Amino acid sequence: MAKAETMTEANTTPRYSSWVLSALTDRTSVSVLGAIGALAIACVLLNQLPESSAFHVPTYMISLFGKYLCYAVLALSVDLVWGYCGILSLGHGAFFALGGYAMGMYLMRQIGDRGVYGHPILPDFMVFLNWEELPWYWYGFDFFPFAMLMVVVAPGALAFVFGWFAFRSRVTGVYLSIITQAMTYALMLAFFQNDMGFGGNNGLTDFKDLMGFDLRSDGVRNWLFLSSAATLAIGYILCRLVTTSRMGKVLIAIRDAESRARFLGYRVEYYKLFVFTLSAMLAGVAGALYVPQVGIINPGEFAPLISIEIVIWVALGGRGYLYGAIVGALVVNIAKSYFTVAFPEIWLFFLGGLFVLVTLFMPRGIVGLVGETIGSAYGSMKGSARRRAEAMGGADD
Amino acid sequence: MTNRKGVTPHEAAKVADGSMLYLDGVTVSFDGFKALNSLSMIIKPGEMRAIIGPNGAGKTTMMDVITGKTRPDLGDVLFDGGVDLTKHDEAAIASMGIGRKFQKPTVFESHSVYDNLILALKQNRTARATLFAMTGKADEDRINELLELTRLTAQRDLLAANLSHGQKQWLEIGMLLAQDPRLLLVDEPAAGMTDAETAETAVLLKEIAKSHSVVVVEHDMDFVRDLDVRVTVLHEGSVLAEGTLDQVSSNDRVIEVYLGR
Ligand SMILES: Nc1ncnc2c1ncn2[C@@H]1O[C@H](COP(=O)(O)OP(=O)(O)O)[C@@H](O)[C@H]1O
Ligand SMILES: [Mg+2]
Repeated sequence: MAKAETMTEANTTPRYSSWVLSALTDRTSVSVLGAIGALAIACVLLNQLPESSAFHVPTYMISLFGKYLCYAVLALSVDLVWGYCGILSLGHGAFFALGGYAMGMYLMRQIGDRGVYGHPILPDFMVFLNWEELPWYWYGFDFFPFAMLMVVVAPGALAFVFGWFAFRSRVTGVYLSIITQAMTYALMLAFFQNDMGFGGNNGLTDFKDLMGFDLRSDGVRNWLFLSSAATLAIGYILCRLVTTSRMGKVLIAIRDAESRARFLGYRVEYYKLFVFTLSAMLAGVAGALYVPQVGIINPGEFAPLISIEIVIWVALGGRGYLYGAIVGALVVNIAKSYFTVAFPEIWLFFLGGLFVLVTLFMPRGIVGLVGETIGSAYGSMKGSARRRAEAMGGADD
Repeated sequence: MTNRKGVTPHEAAKVADGSMLYLDGVTVSFDGFKALNSLSMIIKPGEMRAIIGPNGAGKTTMMDVITGKTRPDLGDVLFDGGVDLTKHDEAAIASMGIGRKFQKPTVFESHSVYDNLILALKQNRTARATLFAMTGKADEDRINELLELTRLTAQRDLLAANLSHGQKQWLEIGMLLAQDPRLLLVDEPAAGMTDAETAETAVLLKEIAKSHSVVVVEHDMDFVRDLDVRVTVLHEGSVLAEGTLDQVSSNDRVIEVYLGR
């Protein structure tokens, strides 16, 4: 009784500040944000060292890491819908690519008359196709704030419309996964068309400037890398706010027992729609930061296989922790960079094998396994019992 | 929707005046098989009613119809004297004040007992409201009350997955109460419980019935006897008999249905 008494006392007045503060400052968040910050700053500092130094990190590595960070943001967005709400999206590559195309269009317009054909307005590929004028949907993309708006609006709108129909018709489980695959596949075919006005199978490339600064300069490269790290941190905080709110509890409830949530009076479709759209926007931002760092965006980014790969990152890292998704994206992509150079033929087998192993032996992913190991080494009775319980609770879905 | 006698919902509403729940001529078929066959029943405000009947009699289907999960082919389903439940979905019906406990205990396994109750608490259920929802003192007090009532105070922070079967049933009843519904539909609350738990569940339900309308589906005759309320016997989707437990259990047709199988 006395115990219950003190518990209520601590909670007498609802405080938003405590919600926001704990999303920023609880132990998990501090570790994650601290790690992102420390790594980002270290990389940039090491890049400043003279090239002769053994610790010098070359600029191309900075951009490579920046690319990984974009993937981590993408994985985070997938974990938000899949890990917390049970929506297994196999189409998040499409949202990523749409954000990328919005950024790509801005970068194309930044080229101005410096294209191969020297046309004052039209990008090279349009001149090549004998187009007379800029299609209407390219208007405004020379204006940076508008392009940035489109980075979130385009994927957000697609997710909203798609989710509106899918969630209201109560399409769930494997059927939903299949139609998300169909969505990204259809977009891939569409973007391959030259008539679409997005550069066909070559996509958008040969970028020169970003906001008037040379994209190839070390400064812009570092700046893009830091922006990716900042986006990852902000994306993490955002997801953490959602998942630690009561809405986060509703999302998990929907994941665990959707119809129970309905019979409690929750409009499941709107929750799914919200979280799916939010997640798509986050994926779009990741794509927008990815494009200037890799220098190209083409319809290949819509390939169904890419979306499946993202899910594998999350599963491997550990689903439903947020930081698990980040770990998964980084580990798999670093391994991929190594393997595709060292043993290009076996990469896909390796990835497939890894996925099978994780599903069979590590249902909670890398971070789950690490957590359990540390837990059983140091854990108090209570801690390990709870962890075991969590493992049981999550293993069945 | 009109029922078999061609009575419009409007006219039916007059008949339904003053009832908590009014079913008239409700028919549900699955591929031609009638799970409910012109089922009619009236529950008065504050009443507790026990529904018995052999497996497959249509008891769960009846709850599906009331809670918006299944649309009837025919018939009227009116709540609170006039609200046509066939026009609303599960979430809307739950918000009107109809709570349901499933036959198979269904709680949110990866949430703690406390969080399960938080989610069930009567509150604004929109996505925007829950994103910014804070747990106040009143909510805490209510949850502590419910924990006490369902004897789960010691399990407050335990994950629901780790509860015993009986405790899950109780948690689900606690969640029902947290919604503060006007009508509770309780599907086989004693299933899988020990005799002692079953007896305690009957006490709990009778306590609840003091301030709510309750419909309880149950197989266990001792349990129904403990409840000591009016009993409706369902058979092949319609009402076979209605009355006190003693009346219905001496009814020849009821005996035939129960002993004949
Ligand atoms: N969704 C469904 N599709 C087909 N048949 C169903 C469905 N739901 C219930 N039934 C059938 O309807 C009958 C009544 O089922 P139910 O209401 O679950 O019975 P009870 O709860 O009384 O045991 C059973 O014969 C069952 O097989
Ligand atoms: Mg049943």
